[in-house]
Parts: sequence; C-alpha cells; structure tokens
Amino acid sequence: MHFLRDALCEDHMGVTNSILVIGVGNEYRSDDGLGILAARELRRRNIPGVVVVEQNGEGAALMDAWEKYDRVIIVDALDCGAASGDVHRLDAASKRIPAHFVHYSSHAFGVVEAIEMARQLHRLPHVLLLYGIEGQQFDVGPGLTDAVLKSMPDMLSSIESELKRMRTLPPEAHN
Amino acid sequence: MLRRSGKRVKPMKNRVIKVDTLARVEGEGGVFIKISDGKITDVKFRIYEPPRFFEAFLRGRNYSEAPDITARICGICPIAYQMSAVHAIEDAFDVTVGGQLRALRRLIYCGEWIESHVLHVYMLHAPDFLGYEDVLQLAKDKPDVVKTALRMKKIGNELVRIIGGREIHPINVKVGGFYRVPRKKDLLALVDDLQWARDRAVDTAKLVATFEFPDLEQDYEFVALHHPDEYPFNGGRFISTRGLDIAIREYEFHFEERHIPHANALHSVQKGVGAYQVGPLARFNLNFDQLTPIARQVAQDLGALPPIKNPFKSIIVRSIETIYALEEAHRIIEQYEEPDAPAVKIVPQAGIGFGASEAPRGTLYHRYRLDDEGVILDAKIVPPTAQNQPSIESDMRKFVSTHIDMDREQLTWRVEQAIRNYDPCISCATHFVKITWE
Repeated sequence: MHFLRDALCEDHMGVTNSILVIGVGNEYRSDDGLGILAARELRRRNIPGVVVVEQNGEGAALMDAWEKYDRVIIVDALDCGAASGDVHRLDAASKRIPAHFVHYSSHAFGVVEAIEMARQLHRLPHVLLLYGIEGQQFDVGPGLTDAVLKSMPDMLSSIESELKRMRTLPPEAHN
Repeated sequence: MLRRSGKRVKPMKNRVIKVDTLARVEGEGGVFIKISDGKITDVKFRIYEPPRFFEAFLRGRNYSEAPDITARICGICPIAYQMSAVHAIEDAFDVTVGGQLRALRRLIYCGEWIESHVLHVYMLHAPDFLGYEDVLQLAKDKPDVVKTALRMKKIGNELVRIIGGREIHPINVKVGGFYRVPRKKDLLALVDDLQWARDRAVDTAKLVATFEFPDLEQDYEFVALHHPDEYPFNGGRFISTRGLDIAIREYEFHFEERHIPHANALHSVQKGVGAYQVGPLARFNLNFDQLTPIARQVAQDLGALPPIKNPFKSIIVRSIETIYALEEAHRIIEQYEEPDAPAVKIVPQAGIGFGASEAPRGTLYHRYRLDDEGVILDAKIVPPTAQNQPSIESDMRKFVSTHIDMDREQLTWRVEQAIRNYDPCISCATHFVKITWE
C-alpha cells in the first residue's frame, strides 16, 4: 500500500505554497537508505503543508521534483569524512556545496550535480537545505547501521522544527 | 549519497592509473592500470554487483514481488529489470502477454531509453568530447544545450511516470501486465513533446557525429536480442555478429559467468569463445533494418552505418536509438486502444522461466525457478555491465598500450571516457570516478 501512497504524494506536485521534502537514497544499500527511511518517517508525522517524496538521487529527476517549489529540504546519507553518525545541515541555496562534496559518479548525475547545475541555470528553489548523517557503511543489504540509527531522531526533530519554522516565514525571509 | 573527493597524488617513476572508489564498500567498482618500464603490466576493472544480493533476496518471495524488488537494483534502468523479470516469470507460467499490453510495455521501455540515453549522451559523454571537465562546465558555457537536454529527458520521465505510476521505481508493472492502464488522452497529450524531442534528437545525432573519435576498434563479437519486426526491447532471440542464433532459454548453454578474483564479481563470457559485447553498438549492428525510417535515414546521412566497431562512437548510436525510441513511442500512442483488462490472468505453476530484454546499456537476462504456489526458489540475473566487463578491460589495455606516452591527465581522462563508452551500470553498483596517480 505504501507504494500507492507514494505515488499520490508525487502527484501532488505543483502545490507551490507547500514545502517539499525529498528523501534520497537506496534502502538496499545500508546507510544509503537514510534519506528514504527519513522521508517515510516524516510522511508518517503528517506535518501540514509539507509534501514528502522519495528519490534515488538521479539529478535530472531531482531538478524536476523541486521545479514547482520555493522551499525544499533534501535528506541524504553523507560520506564526507566526518565521524559516523554526525548530523549535517547545509544551506545549498545561498552557498555552493563545499568542495569536499564533489561529484563522484561516472554514471549518475547526482544530488550535488543537480544542485550546482540548477544554480548555473537559475533553477534553484529559493530555500534549499540539505540534511544528512555521515554514514558508516554502504554495502548492499537493508537496514541502517547503529551509528546512523542513533542520530536519526535528532535529525528528524531538527527537520521537523525547521519545517514548522519555515511554514511561518515567507520564502524571502529565509536567507 | 554524497561523497567527498579524493586526493590526486603525484606520479612515481612507474605509472599507476587508479580510478578509486569508496574504500568502505567492499569490492566497489574501480579501475587499476599499472605501467612499468613503458609497458602495461596490469589492467583491472573491478566492479561490484548488487544482483548477487538481489538473487538471494528474491528467494522465498512470491513471484508478484519480483517486479518491485528487481526495479530497485538500478535507479537508472528499473524498467529493464522489471521487464526481464515479468517475461521470465510469465515464461515459467506459460503465459503470453500480447496486444496493447505488450505495446504498453514497449512504450514504457521507450521512456526509459529516452531518459537513460539523453542523460548519458549529454550529461556524461558529450562533455568528454567537447573538452569540458563535466556537464556543469558545459552548462556554464552553453546553458541552452543543457536546458534542451533536460527537457528531452523529462519527456522520457513523463512516459515512465504515466505508465509506470511514478518515474523512480515504477510501481504499476506486474506479472501479466499492469495494475492499471493509462488513458489514451493522457498519452496523446505527450505527442507534441515527442515530436519536438525527436527533432532535437536528430540535431543531437548530427552534433555528436562531428566529434573527434579516438581510434579504437577491436574484433568484438556483438550479441543482442533480435525480433523480425521490431528494434529489440522485449524478447526475441539472441543473435550475434558471428552467427549465433539461439532462444532466450538457451542462453546459459552458450554463456557463462566466471568468477574473477580482482573484480569480486562475475565476468560473463561466451563458452569456448571469450569476450563479447552487448549494448547500443550490438543492437545497432544486428538490428539496423528494424530502426524506424527517420532513424535509419539519419544514420545513412551521417555515414553511421553498421558495422560500427569503435566504442567511442556509441554516442552516435545512442543518439540514433533516442530518435528511434521517440518515434516508436509516438507510433504506439497513435495506435493505442485502452485494453479491457490491465493484465492477463496469472495461475502460478511450478517451473523454470527465462527472460531477456534490452536495457539501455545492453541485454539483461533473468531466470527464475518457482514452485506451484509461485514462490521463487532461485533467481539468476545477468546484467549488461557484467557481460561487457571483459570488453571494457580489453579496450583499456589496447587504448593505454597505444597511447602510453600520452600526458597523464589526458590519458586518465581518456581511460575514463573509454569506460563511459559502455555506460557501465555502476550506479547500481557504485559511484565511481575519481582518478588518482601513485
């Protein structure tokens, strides 16, 4: 059933006064499942004015997903050399993604490429926040590692507070 | 997942080209080339294959779960995994899906080819030929080109979304057909966009044909599916440029997977023969007559006729296949009549089923053994990249050996490009791409 629910959520795109949360990842790649599992939990919390979708991180599809939204939060697992379980928040709309998060793929056009491409083409949402937890391992298999699981509640509370705060502010007031 | 960059290390006396990957993922894909005293002493293309995990994951599951589970093996080609899975399971149950349901399967496959080929041609491959470090630099210089590419790709996404239920991990495909079928009016709404995109795809083919192609040709045996009346997506027979002509169910009599220690994965070879190649060049060389008239005409105008053996020219063939997919999608939509039922009735029975389809990057083979309640007893999945791995290594060896004095940055870049020729399904496996020198 949840597959159908996801489909309906995606069909709601175009509600421009809503805030979009995109959970990015692959639930069969250990800690890479973070974004997907976070999206499902945030959807369960049913926060008013918030649309939640799941994506696999293919960049062009990400750009399409946020096309009609002013305010977007992306949740993704990180591998940026920090301690496993560290929670990060990046303001991707006002600053370039730091140099140590570079594109890494010969095949996919991923999250960072999509953000920097959208910046180049003036297609960035007004507010674009990137939330993530430093992962410990990304082998195939379901389930997050303990280090990431332990940090999930904190990250989800931060995102929920952020969403509630964002709803009280016009997009222009976020910078 | 977002990852951090690696460090570039200065070369030592003997050169080592290493395309590094994430150290914490066991067996992730990567490239290792060692040059000692002006000669190549080692070439390794390591790849990590999630299908092994998924084969185990499928055991004990009901047949109806296979399309959703296998769709998650690859974010770029979920339809290919779904199609090979449903064909194999239908084969085991002695079910044939024809008429408009089969046409819809071809239509959703068109969507995946458009998405995948446009992504690869513009976002990954063209920047190589145009001398840009990546597509971001291309976007900076030529934003309109990239905007056009994104719009073309989006049309593929739309097709997949309308038929598949959503564009990422489509949910509407099932054994026997679909959970629901699209309305004709929703498909007709795409026609103007398809025609626009077809014209842009023709422009694309003309553009990429002007690129300068490194000289690399080997005597590959090309293998692809073949259908008398269709350019191959779903089903048909396996044929090759050396006369192979076998049913899909005979695949394992002729091909086998060998464990390669350095790859931590299985390389596919043709028994008694060795390396072979699947993918756009193979399809094109073996199925040129099945292309649509415009696609064929463009190929003729560009002098891009089979056999094309230079893998760098796969960018031309992907562009021609994009024209084909857009034309074929248009044709299917024009002829579409909403079927009475979204799927044919399925009655599970014990047996073994075989299926193959043409993923954008090559043939994808599935085999399932099921019990009389439709529970999967075992599964075998042979992805296109596993089949192309020996050719990729062979290309790297040949290219490096003939350009051994090339400037290290140039050579590294060319090696990356030589791998990209195959559009390797590494995103199913890994994010991959930083090159270091030791």
